[in-house]
Amino acid sequence: MTWKDLQTALGGEGYVASDDLAVALQLALSLGRPLLLEGAAGVGKTEIARALSAVKDTKLIRLQCYEGLDAAQAIYEWNYQRQLLSIRAASEDGVTGKAVEDRIFSRDFLLERPLLAAITQEAPPVLLIDEIDRADEEFEAYLLEVLSDFQISIPELGTITATTRPIVILTSNGTRDLSDALRRRCLYTYVAYPERATELAILKARCPEVDVRLGEQIVGFVQKLRGEDLEKTPGIAEMLDFAAALMGLGIADLTADPAVLQSTLTTLLKTQSDKAQITPEVAGRIAGKAA
Amino acid sequence: MSRVTKFAARDPGPSARIVGFIAHLRENGLRLGVAEADLAMSALVEIDAIQPGDSRRALRAVCTGCKEEAERFDDLFDSYWMDMGRVRQKVTPSLSNAVNDGVHSSSDATGEHTGSTGSATAPDGQEGAADSDGTGKLIASENRNLNRSDLRDLVRPEEIAEAEDVARQIGAALRDKRSRRRVAARKGDRLHFRKTIRSSLATGGEPLRLLRKRRPDRTRKIVALCDVSGSMSLYARVFLAFLAGLMRADTAADAYLFHTRLVRITEALRDKDAMRAIGRLSLMADGFGGGSKIGPSLMRFADTYAKRFVDGRSVVLILSDGYDTEPPAMIAAALEKLRKRGCKVIWLNPLKGWADYAPIAEGMAAALPYLDTFKAANTLADLAALEHDLVSL
Repeated sequence: MTWKDLQTALGGEGYVASDDLAVALQLALSLGRPLLLEGAAGVGKTEIARALSAVKDTKLIRLQCYEGLDAAQAIYEWNYQRQLLSIRAASEDGVTGKAVEDRIFSRDFLLERPLLAAITQEAPPVLLIDEIDRADEEFEAYLLEVLSDFQISIPELGTITATTRPIVILTSNGTRDLSDALRRRCLYTYVAYPERATELAILKARCPEVDVRLGEQIVGFVQKLRGEDLEKTPGIAEMLDFAAALMGLGIADLTADPAVLQSTLTTLLKTQSDKAQITPEVAGRIAGKAA
Repeated sequence: MSRVTKFAARDPGPSARIVGFIAHLRENGLRLGVAEADLAMSALVEIDAIQPGDSRRALRAVCTGCKEEAERFDDLFDSYWMDMGRVRQKVTPSLSNAVNDGVHSSSDATGEHTGSTGSATAPDGQEGAADSDGTGKLIASENRNLNRSDLRDLVRPEEIAEAEDVARQIGAALRDKRSRRRVAARKGDRLHFRKTIRSSLATGGEPLRLLRKRRPDRTRKIVALCDVSGSMSLYARVFLAFLAGLMRADTAADAYLFHTRLVRITEALRDKDAMRAIGRLSLMADGFGGGSKIGPSLMRFADTYAKRFVDGRSVVLILSDGYDTEPPAMIAAALEKLRKRGCKVIWLNPLKGWADYAPIAEGMAAALPYLDTFKAANTLADLAALEHDLVSL
């Protein structure tokens, strides 16, 4: 499969990938390297993992990172309650010592978290490690170890080696600099806001019912809006919401009714000051230019 | 791509060229090892390497690691592969002046662009020789002209070492006390039930040892913005040493310079060799000692980098005298925008140490309402003394 085939296959799943992204994905698949995607919020970084798992027809395992994420939530945890119950039951049955230990430290009592689950699948899944920049640096270091060896050692149970190598996709919003070590392990692609033509293709793939003229107006409007000095720049998801809202209201022309346009802007503008900045006049002007 | 590569007939083959390309990138500041050369080779095998576009994309995915590098990659790729096969002259890296030579010979037509994104390549722009204009005159006239000077003359290695200690202390003083989640701690305020139960397994289910947890202090991220305009050149030595020390002491810190424009210097200052870092810096700080545009620089920071790097756990440290050539309202607007991100803003003004200083400079007066702390700092000792003030933040 060349990257062009991959691009077409992703297109079939409703994901329009740029050439850069398609090549990087193809390399990540063939070289077995994790792929690190960086970019502003709402450019479709998470979505690529979903589309890829659909193309490859495998499971998508997602690990959402956050500050304070630790091994217990990311890798594995013993099921303490079950262990305690089992110990109770064992003492009533008169079973003691080694037998109990063997029982409570077996795979049955292990709660699999995303990382462990990802390496113990039958078929290679897509492992999405979302917003890695939100996790602490300690976790990043641990993740490196898992990503390079694809094995996890559990003191009570021994080392669990990967049955399959997952396809790993990491995303980052760039809220902090990631460590050099992590960047070195990964292939890298910066996902920018799409070009006009790409965004039109995305809109067409996701909302086929939008007619061509309105679609061009919507994309032109959102692209112009991104150039404005906003606190929160609207992403692709917002653009699709905007299109859906316009469809729902049965609007065929953006410039037709400024009041309705203003009311649908809630799908694009997400802070008070942004709303105050894009007044009906400004919105009308942008819509006029986009048309 | 109409341009073609013409390597000499004695060229040893593709692998040597790839190794040469990796070396080329490395000399231009990308951190690549032997493993990357290997990976680049295997990547080219996987795709149709005859297509320049495909090779470019593949090598970009392999060789770059952050947005800035990805943006520079195209120029670096062109200068190696598309320059009619002319490979750059060999550069022998030495500590004295080689860093500058190395990057100069490779900087191409778009050198100016790469310079402004915080890279090691920077053109020797002529506009840098501007006189100190506007409000910077008062001090600049008492001081030697620092335009286009090498910053390495200014900063001594031992000062950086000293600054490193100061920066480390300040970093330790800046602790965020707010934290919702509790972690295990020997002297915690609450019982850690899960751990207690877990350890009670060892004593037959009797919780003999009570384990505790508490809310941890989290480190704050320091973002330092240093004014290096003409009026500040007297103090630049201290502040640059401080920045270099800060970057070495705290891996999460972030640093910027501004005079008439803003430059991110975090990557350059991370260089293992402190003096080489300062050398890379002087290439970027083109226009050092010139005029100052504090308002626009802060605004640019608030609009771009702050969105990525500043959050509620950040402390923004502004080192400036507040003499701005632009309208003061701009400073106020920029600081207001910054404050909205939830960070603390500290302004260190070297002039505040003067006996009868009052913040009458318009820019400074406009900034005052948005500052959490406004202090004097002229020397490293002053910076060290800040520690106590910062604890109370």
